[in-house]
Amino acid sequence: MAEVLVYVDHVDGAVRKPTLELLTLARRVGEPVAVALGNGAADTAAALAEHGAVKVLTHDASEYADYLVVPKVDALQAAVEAVSPAAVLVPSSAEGKEIAARLALRLGSGIITDAVDLEAGDEGPVATQSVFAASFTTKSRVSKGTPVITVKPNSAAVEAAPAAGAVEALAVTFSAQATGTKVTARTPRESTGRPELTEAAIVVSGGRGVNGAENFSIIEALADSLGAAVGASRAAVDAGWYPHTNQVGQTGKSVSPQLYIASGISGAIQHRAGMQTSKTIVAINKDAEAPIFELVDYGVVGDLFDVVPALTEEIKTRKG
Amino acid sequence: MSLRIVVTVKYVPDATGDRHFADDLTVDRDDVDGLLSELDEYAVEQALQISENSDDDVEITVLTVGPEDAKDALRKALSMGADKAIHVEDDDLHGTDALGTSLVLAKAIEKAGYDLVISGMASTDGTMGVVPALLAERLGVPQVTLLSEVSVEDGTVKGRRDGDAASEQLEASLPAVVSVTDQSGEARYPSFKGIMAAKKKPVESWDLSDLDIEAEEVGLEGAYTVVDAATERPARTAGTIVKDEGEGGKQLAEFLASQKFI
Ligand SMILES: Cc1cc2nc3c(=O)[nH]c(=O)nc-3n(C[C@H](O)[C@H](O)[C@H](O)COP(=O)(O)OP(=O)(O)OC[C@H]3O[C@@H](n4cnc5c(N)ncnc54)[C@H](O)[C@@H]3O)c2cc1C
Ligand SMILES: Nc1ncnc2c1ncn2[C@@H]1O[C@H](COP(=O)(O)O)[C@@H](O)[C@H]1O
Repeated sequence: MAEVLVYVDHVDGAVRKPTLELLTLARRVGEPVAVALGNGAADTAAALAEHGAVKVLTHDASEYADYLVVPKVDALQAAVEAVSPAAVLVPSSAEGKEIAARLALRLGSGIITDAVDLEAGDEGPVATQSVFAASFTTKSRVSKGTPVITVKPNSAAVEAAPAAGAVEALAVTFSAQATGTKVTARTPRESTGRPELTEAAIVVSGGRGVNGAENFSIIEALADSLGAAVGASRAAVDAGWYPHTNQVGQTGKSVSPQLYIASGISGAIQHRAGMQTSKTIVAINKDAEAPIFELVDYGVVGDLFDVVPALTEEIKTRKG
Repeated sequence: MSLRIVVTVKYVPDATGDRHFADDLTVDRDDVDGLLSELDEYAVEQALQISENSDDDVEITVLTVGPEDAKDALRKALSMGADKAIHVEDDDLHGTDALGTSLVLAKAIEKAGYDLVISGMASTDGTMGVVPALLAERLGVPQVTLLSEVSVEDGTVKGRRDGDAASEQLEASLPAVVSVTDQSGEARYPSFKGIMAAKKKPVESWDLSDLDIEAEEVGLEGAYTVVDAATERPARTAGTIVKDEGEGGKQLAEFLASQKFI
């Protein structure tokens, strides 16, 4: 069976969930061969093997942390040359898309970004995408070269599928461009202890209606009662009430959880773009005409300062 | 010293309009009003600020690849304060994908001459966010992308990139390709004076032959990907909406429990 390269997103060897989802999708198209780069690369092997990687190609060098994007493109290109895969799958993060694009250009291949599903087809992998703020679903495929496809988080279930996961060293020669953009400082994000926004099963978001940074504690309390991640509209982020990393929407994160709860959010097209594919949508808004109600499975017309705390209380009581 | 900035701007269908596909499964650009992609206004704004903060002689060229109407996007950028514009227009460009677009832009940027390219973070229709990286790859210059803060001094571009795992400070020598996010600072509105001045600013038109690009390299024929189907997402089935009369929180909890979320 043909091999499929999967680019591994990991933090010091801890594999992030979207990569495990990619392994599920990769198995539909071929045999997953993972490529893990940078500090802790070899430590990813156990988790990758557990989820279906037949091989794990690893390489560590300081360039991966010290320079932007290009060293990773060089490595992935080396992996493609070593393996001649049927496709290359990359997690659809901002960086993942940039790596994938440059790789595709070098390979003379087509690229599809932000796939939400992938299946085998007669003429290569067929990717499902959600476009125009998720109002259309398209099916596309790469018609030239080795398909390079980036896949959004939450596009497939993580499945255990034990495989050999044999670790092999990847030989990488960095290109002249590799050291073009220096990373002169890096401040890691502080962990909030809550689930990762794009990976969470439940997301609880607040918008302009929350009316102040201090009031976000109401949204956080609801999130914590459900074990959820916290999101925010751009209006709330622009007002400085919540960090931009939590923004949901076109220019923030795109989320597709089992449950999305929007409080004090009107439902502008750019916000919808980032949450419209959520399985169940719930909204609390005092304006019965707010467009968000067009999307909901359950909506409460009311003041979030009454409804949200009451909901949190009730959840706590029910959970005991 | 002089600094030549090329800002790439895209003319896109209005996101608040009823966007859809044409019969050949390309984005329908006829039925929905178009405009300068809002995310590219941030690129124009940063170019203007770099110019205002510089002792150098800065020239800002805005560049678009798109149909006849894409001139509107150039006009808007010129009225914000850019100096001149280039419009690459050719019937053979219809249906060009990101790889093809980056080819046309790269050739045009080289022909125009540049020290710094500034792009938006993503187009609001395609939303791929890959063209800036592709431009850097094609031009063989550093990519300093997705910046929420940018500055240029002594032939060096610096900026802050807020990523998922960390916030990074980046640095590269010019020439370089930069892209800026919507966190980089509100874009200015064109002033009346700006709008009047824009009418006299030069707009050059180039076609594929001006850029030594063959028709087969671009357009639907030249595309590296094929869209086989596009279906409108079924409208969500109407949900239950209740008015809070003191029991809203409880009712919602009941719903969540019925869906096994609690
Ligand atoms: C290029 C571009 C990109 C964008 N990207 C994004 C993006 O990524 N994410 C995003 O969210 N937006 C984005 N936007 C902005 C978007 O257009 C909207 O402006 C934004 O989503 C509005 O946020 P909001 O719903 O919180 O605020 P509003 O639209 O002001 O809505 C606030 C809502 O809260 C309700 N409310 C007020 N008080 C209460 C209360 N006490 N109880 C209950 N309800 C209350 C009001 O009835 C109202 O419906 C983008 C815009 C552009 C042009
Ligand atoms: N047709 C185009 N003309 C000019 N610039 C473009 C075009 N398409 C994309 N760009 C630039 O590339 C950026 C990213 O676009 P994209 O990769 O399509 O999301 C945009 O914000 C623009 O700056």
